[in-house]
Amino acid sequence: MDSQTIRILLNGEAVAITGLAPTTSLLAWLRGARGLTGTKEGCNEGDCGACTVVVGELADDPADAPRLYAVNACIRFLPTLDGKAVFTVEHLRSLAGGALHPVQQAMVDCHGSQCGFCTPGFAMSLWALYEDCLTQGEAAAGADPARIRSALAGNLCRCTGYRPIVEAGERMFDAPPRLLDRKRLRAALLALRRDHTLAFDHEGCRFVAPRSLDELLALRSRHPAATLLAGSTDVGLWVNKGLRRLDTLIHTGEVAALRAIVPHAGGLRIGAAASLTAAFAAIVRLYPELAELWERFASPPVRNAGTLGGNVANGSPIGDSMPALIALGARVVLASVRGRRSLALEDFYLDYLKKDLAADEIVEAIELPPPAPARRLRSWKLAKRFDSDISAVCAGFALELRAGTIHAPRIAFGGMAATPRRATATEAALAGRPWDEATLAAAQRALANDFTPLDDLRASAGYRRRAAAGLLARFFLETRPDAPLAAVQTRAFAAQDLASGRP
Amino acid sequence: MNAPTEPTSRPPASPPPAGHPHPHESAHLHVAGEATYVDDLPEPAGTAHAALGLSAHAHARIVAMDLAAVLAAPGVLGVLVAADIPGRNDCGPIVHDDPILAADTVHFVGQPMFAVIASDREAARRAARLARIDYEALPARLDPVEAARAGELVLPPMRLLRGDVDAALAAAPHRIEGQWQVGGQEHFYLEGQVALAQPREDGCMQLWCSTQHPSEMQQAVAHCLGIAAHRVVVEMRRMGGGFGGKESQSALFACVAALAAAKLRRPVKLRPDRDDDIAITGKRHDFHYDYAAAHDDEGRLLALRVDMIARAGFSADLSGPVATRAICHVDNAYHLPAADIRTLLARTHTQSNTAFRGFGGPQGAILAEWVIDGIARTLGRDPLDVRRINFYGGPGRDTTPYGQVVADNVLHALVDELEASSDYRTRRAEIAAFNAESPVLRRGLALTPVKFGISFNLTHFNQAGALVHVYTDGSVLVNHGGTEMGQGLHTKVCQVVATELGVALERVRATATDTSKVANTSATAASTGADLNGQAAAAAARTIRERLAEFAVRRFGEGCEGGRRNGGDHNGNTHTAGHRADPATVRFADGQVHVGVHTIPFAELVGEAYRARVQLWSDGFYATPGLHWDAATLTGHPFHYFAYGAAVSEVAVDTLTGEWRLLRADLLHDAGSSINPAIDRGQVEGAFIQGMGWLTMEELRWNAEGRLTTHAPSTYKIPAAHDCPPDLRVRLFDNPDRADTILRSKAVGEPPLLLGFSVFFALRDAIAAAGDGRTNPPLRAPATPEAILDAIDAVRRPPTSDA
Repeated sequence: MDSQTIRILLNGEAVAITGLAPTTSLLAWLRGARGLTGTKEGCNEGDCGACTVVVGELADDPADAPRLYAVNACIRFLPTLDGKAVFTVEHLRSLAGGALHPVQQAMVDCHGSQCGFCTPGFAMSLWALYEDCLTQGEAAAGADPARIRSALAGNLCRCTGYRPIVEAGERMFDAPPRLLDRKRLRAALLALRRDHTLAFDHEGCRFVAPRSLDELLALRSRHPAATLLAGSTDVGLWVNKGLRRLDTLIHTGEVAALRAIVPHAGGLRIGAAASLTAAFAAIVRLYPELAELWERFASPPVRNAGTLGGNVANGSPIGDSMPALIALGARVVLASVRGRRSLALEDFYLDYLKKDLAADEIVEAIELPPPAPARRLRSWKLAKRFDSDISAVCAGFALELRAGTIHAPRIAFGGMAATPRRATATEAALAGRPWDEATLAAAQRALANDFTPLDDLRASAGYRRRAAAGLLARFFLETRPDAPLAAVQTRAFAAQDLASGRP
Repeated sequence: MNAPTEPTSRPPASPPPAGHPHPHESAHLHVAGEATYVDDLPEPAGTAHAALGLSAHAHARIVAMDLAAVLAAPGVLGVLVAADIPGRNDCGPIVHDDPILAADTVHFVGQPMFAVIASDREAARRAARLARIDYEALPARLDPVEAARAGELVLPPMRLLRGDVDAALAAAPHRIEGQWQVGGQEHFYLEGQVALAQPREDGCMQLWCSTQHPSEMQQAVAHCLGIAAHRVVVEMRRMGGGFGGKESQSALFACVAALAAAKLRRPVKLRPDRDDDIAITGKRHDFHYDYAAAHDDEGRLLALRVDMIARAGFSADLSGPVATRAICHVDNAYHLPAADIRTLLARTHTQSNTAFRGFGGPQGAILAEWVIDGIARTLGRDPLDVRRINFYGGPGRDTTPYGQVVADNVLHALVDELEASSDYRTRRAEIAAFNAESPVLRRGLALTPVKFGISFNLTHFNQAGALVHVYTDGSVLVNHGGTEMGQGLHTKVCQVVATELGVALERVRATATDTSKVANTSATAASTGADLNGQAAAAAARTIRERLAEFAVRRFGEGCEGGRRNGGDHNGNTHTAGHRADPATVRFADGQVHVGVHTIPFAELVGEAYRARVQLWSDGFYATPGLHWDAATLTGHPFHYFAYGAAVSEVAVDTLTGEWRLLRADLLHDAGSSINPAIDRGQVEGAFIQGMGWLTMEELRWNAEGRLTTHAPSTYKIPAAHDCPPDLRVRLFDNPDRADTILRSKAVGEPPLLLGFSVFFALRDAIAAAGDGRTNPPLRAPATPEAILDAIDAVRRPPTSDA
């Protein structure tokens, strides 16, 4: 297959694309070259959802029905969609024979649009949920307002206040179902499938998407200065906001082995290119304590595009996965043409955005240990907003309780230092002690010495210190052996059902 | 009679045009992605794209601007600097202190200094960053309080004085005083600023821009090009949100696009990136208060003195009228026997703050709520009780500090109804019991009222015009001076016109706002869009209806002697005169025209009227009656009427981290006799959430160099889906307006923003419960988790002395 032609199934029609900069965003292409102006640009950084479209791709086993998921078109580079389907808001009516699709009709009936600018994005997020629920026979579950809100966490509306949109999400299941024909989609995607590396060039810029790990490692070795690209949820901003020119992009998303999530020594091995959505689904099955963190981690379109490996490899001090992973004792597997090595995740981070990663190495996988019955685990983030906000502080707490005594405490924080880091003094204050109020107080004192956080737009250093100590107290209250409190007693976000005067 | 060519009779079940929850006129387009915004319009051939070069300094002299690298960049067609402007380098709406492009001095980080025009938008954006600017840094004032104290003001001080405040404060049985502040707010309209300009023959300029004020854009463009207004046409179909941010501040973008188009003789589009939009444009004014209030043992206010400092930013923009509205809303719902309200508009080296839904009203009114909330807690009384005894009403308690009598007060009935429907007292007790036992969480509850004055303070803005066309097939087109930004204005105006003509709503369409149709329009602002334009459109439609009625009587009314009208007309006549039916008895309803014993389809009558050379289009004009305002003394009768509302919010606060949730909200709002209950409910809910966002999570931060660090949705957080409470109960208060408003409805755009106060005061209530319950939490707004944790610390460790 011609490597200079990107082939995309756009709203059901195969489209061949040539002669574009590899960092051209899907949004710019849709609105410009294709004249599909239903998809809007609100922020150009994946935070508002006005550009939400739905991507369809073959399942890991191509015999299965293809997957559909929402992404932000503004931070999605066009060549990463080679061989995939893209559905925009303009497609929905064709699924309903030209009438409004049930998702759209419900939005009209519930008065879910005012200015209308965010509306196409909401429609597409709802449509992704609609397809998910109905293909999985979960219309009833889909109508759950909590699930709808979660599906909409990446879409901002400045007019409605969301109530009518959530209501539309409930009502969209009332009409007779109008489903995408996934058999036809599968056939169309199979026809577009590319078995060999895509190497797309344009005016000195190169986009390479290998299909195997060996190929990827060889490319990495040959191009140590190239930008490794996974979900482009961060790299997209370098281009859109920083106007950076990226000469060589190596895309990890087509290496099937890198997307695999497999059981490993009783725990999990999560391939670096597994999406955050897939990775967290597996993690939360193993560690249900991390469900709230998952809910608050970015937004569905960002989780669908972004990868756990990217979050870890990026090494931002405010990456939300690392405190929990470090607390769990996760290891990072690094690979190169020279071989493989693995590190405790906390040892991977050397300094601000500096990692123990050689120029020819990539993050191949993250390995999680098996759950331990004695382990108490929590991870929380603090931010101004519940949905899709960057943490002021993110904490991961784990310890093992045996006969009321603390063993193997592992406490890690993000947002408190130049890297995600363990709170070693705090851990020392906990180890071997009874898990009681005196130990908590000692650990809180120690925590004050573990970090020298900064003031920034998200929070002051003082707040970070106090709130970190508050989270440690919350961890104690929820896991103390004598009288642990339930989440509904300790977390405002778990207290939704506390509202008084409810029937 | 001939059969009509298109069915015009509606089934009897067809909903009435007005009073029914019709969908937004564009809803079916919004959901399908078929509603076009400025950036969606097909670009005229040869369209070039502009990008702005922005100041990196808060205050500096531009020593040299080297644009050689910009000009040499790929795709660049030209640059535009202040010296290229043929007319006036100004886009200020009132005071002419707003340069389009900085000429020699920059006044904030992000101020546009030049524009680069390229063949595509990315090329322009890249090129704009290649400029080499030599600055000579000057001292920057970033703090509004310091600026005001130093006498740095954009306008002279303002003061409203009523009664002897000093004496009342001196003689008061109780006093409460202190300082407080509320933050600003970024509009975050989902569609950013955008303008497309196309040169036309004979030195004319056509613009499409996202604006709430096409006439002002027309004027600004004419002035900067140095041409007459009749050479500029501005068209605006819809905005993707405005909220005040596109009232005056769309002008800079319209002017740059027009200047570039004129200079290059080709169409030019300017659509700044979101980060640039936020960096360039002004926001809601942050307010800083120093107040002292006198009250009696019950908590009844005797006098209030407040000094307010508002951050105007580097220029005046609309800060004067914003301050006026703030002053006129310091009373909110409460009678102030004596008041001394002073306001300073601080000139800072930051963005020029501007209109934002409420337009200073929220910043004024929240001070009253803060004071009363504090009084109640000090006295150990339920804040609702203290609020209630302070409401307007009762002998000698109905005049506002600015002299207008509150003649339409429904606060008592409305709040009584909400208190009962929200189960306020039972929940208050339930929450107290919860808090007594709860180890970490505290819950809080608050009811806050709203009284909001409707009309532009400045009397002459309260006018509007409309054109209604009836085509020979009976379909109707309306054009008016108002702009559609999502608030449903066009829907309501179409409903009004359909009601006047007695046709189904589907028979009426609204067109894009266009300065070549209705001239000299006012901004769609101050919640007056439907009030003003609805009246103007109704007047136009009424003129046509009257002509049709005259014609119908001539054509069909012979032999109807003694015919009684069927009722339902607008003039109240019940008798006919002579042999011919009285035109006033002709009834227009359900797409039919009833003349005596005859019933004629509307479209058929229209067709016949056309052939009889009856004028089937008309203009309509409206000027709100009875308004006057003295800007020198800040007194008069500035408002046609008041809109009222109240909200009860319940929150849970985590005392370990300051995180919180809104658990339930009950909103009851007075939209008069609602033209469209669905649209009005949408305004109420949306404004409530936006008001909540302003007071909680939306935080503007500038760094020490004056750079706004919250310049994108990644760092500036507006409410998202989980912030809408799981239990939200919204109702419209049944209250046909006493004032002669359009179909007895009330304006609903801004007033419900103040319902969001209830969330803030519920948070304060919960925080107080983390202490002894009698200490007033010094909670600043926005109440971020950090602000909440600070306030919790303060009530748990109250200061030991007054020193």
